[in-house]
Amino acid sequence: MKLDKQKLLQSIQEKAKEIGRPLRLMELCGTHSQSIAQHGINSLMPKNVKLVSGPGCPVCVTDQTDVDVMVGLALAGIPVAVYGDTMQVPGNLMSLEEARRNGADVNVVYDITEAIKMSQEKTGLVFFGLGFETTTGMTAWAIQQGLIVYSAHKIFPPAMSALLANKQIKVDGFINPGHVSSIIGTKVYEQFKIPQVVTGFDGEGMLSAIEMLLTQILENKAIVQNVYTDLVKKDGNPKARKLIAEVFEISDAHWRGLGEIKKSGLKIRKKYKKCDAEFVYAELIAKIKKEIKPKPSACKCGLVLQGLIESQECPLFGKVCTPDNPQGACMVSVEGSCNVEFRYNRK
Amino acid sequence: MRDAHFCIRSYLADKNGMCLAIPGKILKIKGETAEINFNGIRKEVNIAMVDVKIGDFVMVHAGFAIEKMVPDLASEIQGYLDKK
Repeated sequence: MKLDKQKLLQSIQEKAKEIGRPLRLMELCGTHSQSIAQHGINSLMPKNVKLVSGPGCPVCVTDQTDVDVMVGLALAGIPVAVYGDTMQVPGNLMSLEEARRNGADVNVVYDITEAIKMSQEKTGLVFFGLGFETTTGMTAWAIQQGLIVYSAHKIFPPAMSALLANKQIKVDGFINPGHVSSIIGTKVYEQFKIPQVVTGFDGEGMLSAIEMLLTQILENKAIVQNVYTDLVKKDGNPKARKLIAEVFEISDAHWRGLGEIKKSGLKIRKKYKKCDAEFVYAELIAKIKKEIKPKPSACKCGLVLQGLIESQECPLFGKVCTPDNPQGACMVSVEGSCNVEFRYNRK
Repeated sequence: MRDAHFCIRSYLADKNGMCLAIPGKILKIKGETAEINFNGIRKEVNIAMVDVKIGDFVMVHAGFAIEKMVPDLASEIQGYLDKK
């Protein structure tokens, strides 16, 4: 049933009042964080409903080591290609942007097919594969075309398990990602016994999701609902999933802020090892990893990503850490919690 | 079901975000590439991840169609585009 925004807001107010206790709802996708800020949804929430950002910004959860490897490869003279929002992520030594300024061949692509074209002229080029299921299929396809990839790809549900297992993180409901779900479907979320709603990115969709979560909480339910029915199906996109499974296998992975999460990463199958940077440049990567010197930083990205603190509680926020001078990944990506907070002054 | 006009506006409004995707209609198919009409702008897109035919609507992210859209929303979008 379609409700207009006024009715949705009224229902949110009424239901929150009836529930009474403080509630924390976590949006798991970075683009949702952006949508909440853009539509001013936080300011429309009842006092006892708090919207918190989760680890859904793929750039933000990419481990520092992975950035260091890409920087190391670039500085060693290997051409690299990356999506634009990765350029400024600080590594222990420097960012890819700084490596480019130091003369390394770092190329920004919007679309992985550009990296394939580029690799025909720049032999040995390495593409930085990162992101969740939305972008993984594209990387899988490109690997099948012969592109060399350093994979920092991750799968989403294990991060949800990790969040739920952490007793410090109190969350009453999840707003599940939209486009990740178009690939993985909604059924996979049924394993989590917490209210969940999959939604799209417009204001109305966000409000519907919040209203439905409150209804579930009120009725003491913990089910998976879907408002993004235009696109998201129960079983997702089987063709994309098959493509991903053919090229990648599940591995353990490090997440910035969350640490190592078992079976949450994707590594390239041996069958495609000629396209796996970890095989092609094995010695160089081992050397780069050995030489990494962790840079101490007061950056609190890790806590922000888990919804344990808010961006403004970080001592660096808005002072030394700004979108023009990011100290951590959450300030780099346009969907990072700190970047969104900085731009929209989210309260 | 949200109305098509609102839907297109909201998709096109936000040009940032990693998850930004835009719906478009398939005009031609050649192998794994399709020519897609995005609200009047034509662009080639990779369709290796979806089973589609000419006339279908797809959601496109970073140069790839990630999923086919349901026909009733597609026809609403078409109606909206036709009026333009």
